[in-house]
This record gives sequence, C-alpha cells and structure tokens, in this order.
Amino acid sequence: MSVEELTPRGEGQAHRTSYDDATRARLAADAAQIVARYPQERSALLPMLHLVQAEDGYVSPRGIAFCAQTLGLTTAEVSAVATFYTQYKRHPNGEYTVGVCINTLCAVMGGDAIWEHLCDHTGVGHDETTPDGKVTLERVECNAACDYAPVVMVNWEFLDNQTPESAAAVVDALRAGEKVVPTRGAAEVVPFKEMSRVLAGFLDGRADEGVGAGEPTLRGTVLAHEQGWTAPPFPGEEPPRAASSRAKAPARGAGTPRTGDVQSSAERPVTTAADSSSEQREKKQASSDAKEQ
Amino acid sequence: MATTLAPVLSDHWDADRSWTLATYEDHGGYRGLRRALGMPAADVVTAVKDSGLRGRGGAGFPTGMKWGFLPAPDGGPRYLVVNADESEPGTCKDIPLMMASPQHLIEGVIITSFAIGCHHAFIYVRGEVVHVYRRLLRAVEEAYAAGYLGKNILGSGYDLEVTVHAGAGAYICGEETALLDSLEGLRGQPRLKPPFPAVAGLYARPTVVNNVESIASVPGILVGGADWFKQMGTERSTGHGLFSLSGHVTRPGQYEAPLGITLRELLEMAGGIREGHELKFWTPGGSSTPLFTAEHLDVPLDYESVGAAGSMLGTRALQIFDETTSVVRAVTRWTEFYKHESCGKCTPCREGTFWLAQILQRLERGQGTTEDIDLLLDLCDNILGRAFCALGDGATSPVTSAIQYFREEFEAGTHTPADVLFPPERSSLFDYTPRRSPAALAGVHA
Repeated sequence: MSVEELTPRGEGQAHRTSYDDATRARLAADAAQIVARYPQERSALLPMLHLVQAEDGYVSPRGIAFCAQTLGLTTAEVSAVATFYTQYKRHPNGEYTVGVCINTLCAVMGGDAIWEHLCDHTGVGHDETTPDGKVTLERVECNAACDYAPVVMVNWEFLDNQTPESAAAVVDALRAGEKVVPTRGAAEVVPFKEMSRVLAGFLDGRADEGVGAGEPTLRGTVLAHEQGWTAPPFPGEEPPRAASSRAKAPARGAGTPRTGDVQSSAERPVTTAADSSSEQREKKQASSDAKEQ
Repeated sequence: MATTLAPVLSDHWDADRSWTLATYEDHGGYRGLRRALGMPAADVVTAVKDSGLRGRGGAGFPTGMKWGFLPAPDGGPRYLVVNADESEPGTCKDIPLMMASPQHLIEGVIITSFAIGCHHAFIYVRGEVVHVYRRLLRAVEEAYAAGYLGKNILGSGYDLEVTVHAGAGAYICGEETALLDSLEGLRGQPRLKPPFPAVAGLYARPTVVNNVESIASVPGILVGGADWFKQMGTERSTGHGLFSLSGHVTRPGQYEAPLGITLRELLEMAGGIREGHELKFWTPGGSSTPLFTAEHLDVPLDYESVGAAGSMLGTRALQIFDETTSVVRAVTRWTEFYKHESCGKCTPCREGTFWLAQILQRLERGQGTTEDIDLLLDLCDNILGRAFCALGDGATSPVTSAIQYFREEFEAGTHTPADVLFPPERSSLFDYTPRRSPAALAGVHA
C-alpha cells in the first residue's frame, strides 16, 4: 500500500497523508542514523516514533506510514506499538505537555490539589489542550522524583516541589511564550517537537546545562561529608578517598541476618483461610519458582 | 555504634559538574575498568560473585550468578541490557544517579560487558526524563572520545559499542522480558519464562539484564575487591545501597548506606517525621512491596529481614506517610496505577486490577458494601501467583497488607468517605481548600 492512498481520519480534521520530498529525504537520513544504532532494524521503531513526533507533534498517520515503509512493517504493526506507549500522542499535542504526578505519594503531598487547580485555571482536563495550542494537561504516573514531591513535569523536565500557585504560574508563562526554567534540567524547557527529537536520540547541545543534583538528592552525601562518614577505604588507600577529615569508623550494617527466608514476590502474611491450605501454598510456590530467575 | 552512611556511588554527586568524565576521573573513576581489563574475564565474574552483590532493581537476585547463567560462547553475539526504566512508585534512585554521575554506570557497563563477552550493550532509559537521557548520551560520547568505548579499549584488544535507548512511557517495560520486547520494537509485554534471557534474551541471544545501581556498583568491587564490598551490609545482603526517603519526612532525599540500616536510623538522619506528626505506614521498597507500620521501624533493611517481617526490600523506596493519610485513598491510587499499567496480556492482572480499582473507589467514596473486604482479598488471591509476571503480584501487595494492618479503615468505607475521615488538605505540604472529593477524581485517566 502506498502512503498516498491513506484516507484522512479524525473528527473535523483531515490528516496530511504524506511528506514533501525534502522532508521525506531529511527524515530518511535521520531514520538511517537511528537504524544504524541497532543490530536489527525493527529496534529502531520506538526512536523513530519519537522522530515522527518531532516532525508532526504527534504520531501522525503519515508518520506511521513512514515508519512502516522504512522498517518493512505494516501500518497495523506500527500502530499496535504506537498505541501501547503513553508518550506517543494520537492527536496533535500542545507545544508543552504539563504533567502533574498523581501517583499516591505526590497526590497525597499535594499533587491532587495542583491537578484540580490547573484544570480550573486552564479549563481543560486530562490529555486536552488549551485553545491556543500551547499546553496539554496530563495526569502522569510516578516520575522517579518522589523526594521532590509534589512534582510537575513540563515536556519531561523536572519542576520540583510545586504548589498550585507555582504550577499555574508556569502554565501562564508557557502560554505567554516566556521562558520556563526546570528545577533540574536544561537551561529552559524546549518545545514538544524539540524534546521529541532528543528522545529519538539526537543531542541538542544542552546536556551540560543545569545542575547535577538538587538538594534532596544530595542530602545523604552532604550529611556524610559533614559527619565524616565514609564507606570503608579501598585496600591500600589509607586514609579513604579525599579529605582525611572524612575518616571515621567505617559504616557497618545493623542487625543479624536471618537465614533461611526465601524472598518471593508471592509471599505475604496470611489474611484468608485459603492462604493456610497447603495446596494453595504449593501452587503459589510453583508459580513463583517459574517466575524467579 | 549506630549504622552510618556509606557514600560510594553518591560520594561525588556534590562536585562541580559532577556528570562529566573529567570530574569522574578526578574522583577515581575508571580505575576499576583498568583493573578488569588486566584480568581474565572469568575472574571478573568471580569477583562480583564473591562480593555477594544482589540485584538492586527489586528482586535481589545475585548479580554474579546471573552473569554465570550465560551458556558457553558459541561465536554469536551476547548482550548486556541495563534496565534504566525506573518507574516503580516511590523509587527515585537510578534517575538521580544517572543525572549526577552517568559515568559510574558507563564504567560498570564496560566492565560487565567485558566479563560476559558482550560487544554491544544497551541502556534502556525511560522516556519521561529527557535531561537524564541527554546526560547519558553525552556520557557515552565522552567515553568514546576518551577511548573507553569503541575499538581496542585502552589498548586491550577488547571492543564495545553502547546504545542508549529511550522508552516511551510504560511501567511494564521495567519487567526484564517486556523490556527486551520493547527494545526489539514491539509492544512491551512480558515473555514466558523459560527460556530465561540468559539463554534467549535480546534477539533470542544470551543476554544479561541488570538494574542501573547493580551495574554502577561493579567498578567499586573491582577497585576494592569482594572483601571490601562485604565489609558493608550483612552476611547475605552485602554492600551499599541507595535508600530513597520520600513523603512526610523532614528532609526527604537519597541516603546511601550499608544494607541492614533501619528506618529508625534513616529517619534520625532525615530529621524525623514532619513536625507535629507521627509515622502511620510506609513502603520498604516501592508500592509493590507490602506496607509496613511503626512496629517495623527497627527491621534491618536487608533482603532477609524485610522478607521475614512480611514484605520485600524491593528498591529501598521508603515512602513515608503520617497519621493524616487515608490508607484507603493511598491504596486506591496505587491500584489505579496498576490498572493503568497492566499490559493486558494475562487475564488475572488485566481484569483483576480493573475490579480491584472499582471496589476500592466505592470504599473511598464511603459507598462500599460489607462484602467488599472479602471480595478484595478473594480477588487478590486470584491474581497473586496466577498473573503472568510480577506486576499482577505487586498490585495485590498494597491491598492485602493495608487490610491486614488497617482493616477498620476499609470497614469505615462502607459508610464514610475517606476524605471525611482524613481531609486531604491535612496531608498536603501546603494549605489549600479542596474543591472536589478525591473520590470524584478517581479513574479520571483512562
């Protein structure tokens, strides 16, 4: 099937179904670089879908066709992958995705309050975009920054320790075209398409921008240095690495290990009668053994 | 004396431009690689086996033993795949490690690849952390330029290519076989085991899949030796680990300590529970590990002790909640997460998480029935041990453990909404006036 034969889809909006020659040539060159990173070309599919989003701002029908053609797949095979992953957008995304972490820890620390405030403030909900096309709101799951809760992600850069007011100010700034600086990240949040190009594996020269770590990340490191706590010195290296003022008694684990306890993902305290039946326990153990590696 | 911190991976995170190769080398980086390249590969495997290092990604399987499972070389390719898809709720150690010191991981990748006879390694990082991806790509560039990667590394005759791959948003890709499918350009769904990845992994070739922190711990073992590593931790849970404190704690953050430290000791370092409040419940290793309460403050945080106390060490993601927090609300939200992230491959998990969420949502609204607690437990019994992978098992952990310790809160869910019993504004870190019931928000996202 040729790309051009694809029919437009979507309510009230016709998708463009092909790239012009210059765009196609540019994308083909990028795709060739991506394919070259892997022993088998199909591995290039995820980065190529990021590349399509870098071009079109979402996984467009013509982008799906382009991936299929490049990798020798059907458009159905490409769509099956594209619809599995939450970062691939099925309709045009705003210039900035503002994701509020609503997983338990952030939600309890205030993420729910931030979410409801942003919905009221912008008038849009989950996976919806402001009328100016600037901001797409999203409820996101745990983004591995729990020590900075509540967390908001803007185009997958960290905005740590947010409040409803600070998050609304960020949204306002984005909509006004003002620069937004992540807490830990590049010198500024880049637009969705630029960010997507990085995720396709093309560096944008910003890796050395920003900090190495925020205050919570460093708390243990700083405390250890203040207290002179260190790991044991490497053999033949006395005193331990760096300043001698750090030297004190080496750290040692507390407690005596209890032997004989097999740790299985299928183990939990007895809460029902079925748990104590030996047949049930054997079944569970057999299942755990099959999963354990 | 009480256990103290033992910064190894985190020791130079506070250095100027900590993420650069120059800073890493200034702090002793790449000595482990030089030592490894002068040894027979089998001796590197032995050193890691002898250290007792166990997987830091949650399961705790001995790392060196995993490497040892690879079949004898047959002339075809063998792969190392680093699992950098850190997504377990509460877990926040690998992402800051790769942001602050990506070279630690790269050096570990090179040593491990050398040890297992791999010439093309992959780092699969979740796609939702664009700056961490930048740092990793740049770290690999720097390593190539310095001769640590590419052909004839440091004149040893050993060659290695590294590809850093960004995912696209799917918790299930943290499961190692789902990760491999995803890396092959497929939907990320777990594979039937056996065959295990050691036999038929990436592209059906022998493959080692290890967590970021496991691999980053390897250079230190090469420099210091197995006995150095074993000076830290307990007999069967050796070495250092990152403990991530979050939630209602005065100074949340990363605390690198020997395994076997207790929450009581960590809380003392972190300034305790936030002022005027007390500990109610916590997770020792992410939301997939059964909850603990204040009675577990002195459980040594090592694999054996946490297991014996009824939970799992997991990823040492210590999410801490005080007495203002509704356990029903917390568990409902985690369950919605598992429902959202269930890949759909197996029925117990796909359907079971959906049903769990429905029941929990009505309990959170105060509209549960008297049968709902038994129904939840019955559902859990039909998921646990029957799901295709550990995601389904993990989904039951918060539910069953919360009912075990806080049954009365679930019983209250038959008549009183959780946000009446536990007004959410008391739990949040700032003052605000809730406009809607949190129960009304439940299930908003597909």
